[in-house]
Amino acid sequence: MMLSVENLAFGYTGKRVGAGVSLALGAGEVMCLLGPNGGGKTTLFKTILGLIPALGGSVRYGGAPLTQMTHGEVARIAGYVPQAHSGYFPFSVFDVVLMGRAAHLGPFAAPGKHDRDIARQALATIGIERLAEAVYTRISGGERQMTLIARALAQEPRILVMDEPTASLDFGNQVRVLERIQSLARAGLAIVLSTHDPDQAFLVADRVAMLHEGRLVRLGPPAATITPESLKLVYGVDIAVVEIAADGGRRRVCVPALDAMRRSTPPAPSR
Amino acid sequence: MSRRPILAAALAVVLLLAAVIAALAIGRFPIAPADLAATVWAKLTGGAHGLPPAAETVLFQIRGPRVLAALMVGAALAAAGAAYQNLFRNPLVSPDILGVSSGAALGAALGIFLSLDLWWIQGFAFAFGLGAVAAVYLIGQAVKGHDPILVLILAGVVIGALLGSVLALLKYLADPYNQLPAITFWLLGSLAATNTSDIVTTLLPVLLGLVPLWLLRWRMNLMSLGDEEAKSLGVNVLRVRLAVIAAATLMTAAVVSISGIVGWIGLLVPHFARLLAGPSFARLLPVSVLLGAAFLLLVDTLARTVARIEVPLGVLTAFIGTPFFIWLLATARRSWQ
Repeated sequence: MMLSVENLAFGYTGKRVGAGVSLALGAGEVMCLLGPNGGGKTTLFKTILGLIPALGGSVRYGGAPLTQMTHGEVARIAGYVPQAHSGYFPFSVFDVVLMGRAAHLGPFAAPGKHDRDIARQALATIGIERLAEAVYTRISGGERQMTLIARALAQEPRILVMDEPTASLDFGNQVRVLERIQSLARAGLAIVLSTHDPDQAFLVADRVAMLHEGRLVRLGPPAATITPESLKLVYGVDIAVVEIAADGGRRRVCVPALDAMRRSTPPAPSR
Repeated sequence: MSRRPILAAALAVVLLLAAVIAALAIGRFPIAPADLAATVWAKLTGGAHGLPPAAETVLFQIRGPRVLAALMVGAALAAAGAAYQNLFRNPLVSPDILGVSSGAALGAALGIFLSLDLWWIQGFAFAFGLGAVAAVYLIGQAVKGHDPILVLILAGVVIGALLGSVLALLKYLADPYNQLPAITFWLLGSLAATNTSDIVTTLLPVLLGLVPLWLLRWRMNLMSLGDEEAKSLGVNVLRVRLAVIAAATLMTAAVVSISGIVGWIGLLVPHFARLLAGPSFARLLPVSVLLGAAFLLLVDTLARTVARIEVPLGVLTAFIGTPFFIWLLATARRSWQ
């Protein structure tokens, strides 16, 4: 296993967010983490990456315990794609992607030709070579997300940890990001991503983990995991899961059932 | 790769050379640029220059050291400001944000209050400057559970206020005829009293500060992403931050101890440099150093020529800095976003 998480408790000092999380991730596998807003998905990711200390349990990368690894060692194995932010300085997209090389360079070193080649390769893999000279702070949210994915690829990681990579993207960009995720997994990367949209799990995930009140309440293949019952438990609303014909096969999608729709008569005006 | 950074560096070098020539030539004893060259050439080759001996004295004993001091002080303040603006991801940060100037001011005032020699006054300023930042850093380490950058800045504000009140107490207690004017004069900043030995003793700490900043130039770009993102990319954030704070503090404390408090440069020059050279620290640092040196030299030249008496440096930098800064804010938003 590339990543194994054992009985992990996570949160901040004085505020435990979650506990008892165990999961494992192998090469080429895509795991989708579902959970409500403020459910601790980001905190869990940051704990797995060693950005905040674990409150209990263990995280191992290929058998090596996270607690004995430096940030540099983690960064050479796991690439983190944070939620796209606006950035502080007007670096070019290429310079941002090049920053992914930091873990492979000494503290006093600057990137050389080899690193620039890898950064260029990462841009090409994501299909945003044309943005190389664009200014990161002035491109669209979707382009920033693509840039951050390219930066994580420049780390040459074996695992990608992506925090809501499709949040705040328009529909086209969401699909583009999902396509990249799929092709990266086919190339052998282990990928764990969080999302708000269970349909995305049906599209790209091999396994789904559902986080509810800080605990993993479901873990398994999408079809067995994403059910009206589990969705009701995690999101507290009624959602139907239906099969549709698509791409010459059958696929499941989630269909929310609004209160108003279920009623045969329109709701009575209040008061 | 755009050509803008190269143009920026070229512009800064030209500006700097012009400032040096102007500063050496202009003054109560004007020396024509051609005579400047002749005097320097004569000094180098040991030949005669055919100019009055006073020219040589003015050039090598008075103006020369002062010019060198202005260059060094301006360069160090601008470099420290550029480093802090990156480190704290904030355009309103200057080298004094962690209390180095308040510490140095108190140290110098204490030296004057105790009627010590100039050497001791400078030593006190240097040591108190370092001590203030060390205290701020230790507070930042001790207080957990908040954003470490925010804690550092707040600790800097609090320690600065405390030191300021002790300084006020010293001024209140000081002899109003001898000591108080000296303290006030020191707080306004001046290079009038600098001599060659000041420059020699200050050069080492300035270089000790500049070299690590240059070595960390690429890491500095990553520090501007914020702690968590930098860590996730493999940067040892704590160690780099400590190194940058130590380097910037060492430089600032050293130059402030010979110049007194000279505000604005560490805030203004890195802004302008970023506008010219872009955000990459490998270009920002050298352009900041060149522009900081040129800017302070121009201001110091003005300070000693614009009126019959010397105008305090701190006053002039504020007079020039304020409108310039407002102009920058109005026109140059792109240097940040």
